[in-house]
Amino acid sequence: MKPFAELLERLLFAPGRNTKISLLRAYFSARPDPERGYALAAIAGALDFPGAKAAALKQLAMANVDAELFDLSYDFVGDLAETIALIWPAQGDDPPALPEVIERLRAAPRPAIPALIEGWLNRSDPSTRLALVKLLTGGLRVGASLRLAKLALAEMGGVEVHEIEEVWHGLAPPYEDLFAWLEGRAARPAAGAAPVFRPVMLAHPIEPEDMGRIDWREFRAEQKYDGIRVQIVAGPQGRRLYSRAAEDISAAFPEILEAAAFDAVLDGELLVMREGRIAPFGDLQQRLNRKSASPALRAGFPAGIMLYDLLFEAGEDLRPLPFDARRARLEAWFARARPARMQLSPLIPFASAEELAALREGAREAESEGLMLKRGDAPYLAGRPKGLWWKWKRAPLSLDAVLMYAQRGHGKRSSFYSDYTFGVWSEAGELVPVAKAYSGYSDEELNFIDRWIRNHTTNRFGPVREVEKTLVFELGFDGAQTSTRHKSGVALRFPRVLRLRLDKPASEADRLESVRRLIR
Amino acid sequence: MPPHPASWLKPTPSGLYCLPGDFYIDPLRQVPRAIITHGHSDHARPGHAQVLATPETLAIMRARMGERAGASLQPLPYGETLEVGGVRVRLVPAGHVLGSAQVVMEHQGARAVVSGDYKRQPDPTCPPFEPVRCDVFVTEATFGLPVFRHPEPEGEIAKLLQSHALFPGRTHVVGAYALGKAQRLIACLRRQGYDAPIYLHGAHANLCAVYERLGVGLGALRPATAAQKAELKGALVLAPPSAVGERWGRRLEDPVVAQASGWMRIRQRAKAAGVELPLIISDHADWDGLLATIRETQAPEIWVTHGAEEALIRACALMQIRARALSLIGYGDEDGEEA
Ligand SMILES: [Zn+2]
Ligand SMILES: [Zn+2]
Repeated sequence: MKPFAELLERLLFAPGRNTKISLLRAYFSARPDPERGYALAAIAGALDFPGAKAAALKQLAMANVDAELFDLSYDFVGDLAETIALIWPAQGDDPPALPEVIERLRAAPRPAIPALIEGWLNRSDPSTRLALVKLLTGGLRVGASLRLAKLALAEMGGVEVHEIEEVWHGLAPPYEDLFAWLEGRAARPAAGAAPVFRPVMLAHPIEPEDMGRIDWREFRAEQKYDGIRVQIVAGPQGRRLYSRAAEDISAAFPEILEAAAFDAVLDGELLVMREGRIAPFGDLQQRLNRKSASPALRAGFPAGIMLYDLLFEAGEDLRPLPFDARRARLEAWFARARPARMQLSPLIPFASAEELAALREGAREAESEGLMLKRGDAPYLAGRPKGLWWKWKRAPLSLDAVLMYAQRGHGKRSSFYSDYTFGVWSEAGELVPVAKAYSGYSDEELNFIDRWIRNHTTNRFGPVREVEKTLVFELGFDGAQTSTRHKSGVALRFPRVLRLRLDKPASEADRLESVRRLIR
Repeated sequence: MPPHPASWLKPTPSGLYCLPGDFYIDPLRQVPRAIITHGHSDHARPGHAQVLATPETLAIMRARMGERAGASLQPLPYGETLEVGGVRVRLVPAGHVLGSAQVVMEHQGARAVVSGDYKRQPDPTCPPFEPVRCDVFVTEATFGLPVFRHPEPEGEIAKLLQSHALFPGRTHVVGAYALGKAQRLIACLRRQGYDAPIYLHGAHANLCAVYERLGVGLGALRPATAAQKAELKGALVLAPPSAVGERWGRRLEDPVVAQASGWMRIRQRAKAAGVELPLIISDHADWDGLLATIRETQAPEIWVTHGAEEALIRACALMQIRARALSLIGYGDEDGEEA
């Protein structure tokens, strides 16, 4: 447990992505199976211990500590898990090994769990105790993300990260087959059989300086729909609906799974569609972030998909084909399969860049965010290869930012965390604040965000909570200006929250450079 | 019946005042007669007329303040006794920094001990704390909460050395207070086998020289300010905590920012300070150290000067020891000298 605790501690304090990746890489290279695999599972959130909850651990601690001293300490420290770990009176130097913790917890009957935990805490030093408490209570929010862990694994094995992504959903803790492959001791674990996620291809935003360089004749145009990007994987092994961040969202959209009676992997946009018409994003939000969907919800907010691309057809990998060829295959497949709840995203004919620009401005509010431009000869590649796909957003003055800090609001909202500080990525790969914003969301959304903040707080500074940097918001704003108030040196003018982007990973929030370009 | 110390030792806005001896201990304002427990700037302030302290503390005060250290400086080595107006005064090691002393006062058979700042962990740069039995023990409570338990410094130094080995190309900048912490860190690093030159911010060089003059060997030290960037690659640099976050620290290429302080025990404190490598090394007693010391003095009454008084007083109540807060304002917050 101790090396894992040390890793967590260093990750927490590591200032940048690269340092975190090298720490993770060093850990995965040095530690044996199955410990490193369980560590990876903990970071991935793939472990759950129903018998060990924060309240029960507090009880354990309180058995040996005066209540008043506990409260004074909790006031000072601000975090329950950390208070428990630090105030724990016994001190040992023989912490249990991580695999022992996981295997014994899995085997133990529930009433035996508190005594088990007490014994481990007695045997451990404070940083191991904190790692234990956080592991047990599912609060392993240490600035480690699964994405960084995968990047570290890719470095360690000398493979591309998307090669790991491709097999990830077929793997289970402690991932010994994954490590065997990365260390060249075995072949890559098979991805083909299970309905696994394939890394998606992403577009670059068009910046003004790109305009002159683009050879418009080589590109095909489509609407950029205002939903969430998804991948449907269906075949004899099963059916899945994945978000573009590889999250399995099948359970929330049973009607899509039902409609996926085919053997193919498709790329598309998930939307609420009523009789073929696309509803505003707010409607789709009613369906997001749920574990299931009631019949009423399904009837009120019926889900559908605009299909963009065909990656596999009956086991045949089409990704190496050029876009034009895949598009022909998609159209032919669609004509035959006629899947319910799905439509083909139409190609938009255009003769010139000017015509395209006019189309972009005319994109209808609710249905489209702008245009997508895809090179006709481009294969389907993982990640964001330069110059093959472009997104050309309609309104330039909006950006995706990551929630960094939250503070309670005033008046009616004084018991909610409703005042937010948002950040974008600096050149050094750090999030830097660029805006404070309130308002712009319904009470229901506020409830969700408030709960999220309480469950994802990593630090408290008086009334301010620092949160896990994973929640992305789309902010609207009127301009950007230089600022001494923010560390980033810039501030957005009249920022407001347009919507939550639960589908977006934080790593894909906007960059500081793009904000700087807007300064007038 | 000896007179209770409360009748002859009084908290005043200028600090703790001994009536029969007519002197203040660590006065907060300029006074005619002062006894100084140690050289930290919240305890040793400039401009008193007569100053009594250990020879080491006087040397440190002179190095820091020059002429303003006091009009007349009287050294009192550890263990020697001096009569000051019917009060027998003795200075006993406090283990906090070089020269730090507890002030032991006896008046008509009653004994009070003012401990200043102290710690119970070993420190190669100064003699260890000696508990003295007394009727009133005056203690600090900087880390007076049960969440503060300082680990063995060896382990923390090992963390620094491990990081140094893991990132051999990166300069490790360690934020450490200029008096005491910096020299203790250097001495501990030497004991654990680090014998390369250690680079110092200007603020540290002066006090390291004082320590060396007083017989504390610190090995090869170099000014960081004069060093070439290339020379600092992979080196250990010590700087005041305030300089680490500033331009001075950022001047270095991709440094690992460490900080040695008892506050590093609390993660949010460490993170808020922008620290990548927190080292829990403190020159103050931790919770267990405070309680053990209170027990060893066998004092029936405890006065708490500064820090987390509330919790320490609660703990005394649980041990059935009378305790009160002196609520002296001005210790522990002077230019971040503490911890
Ligand atoms: Zn001090
Ligand atoms: Zn002090």
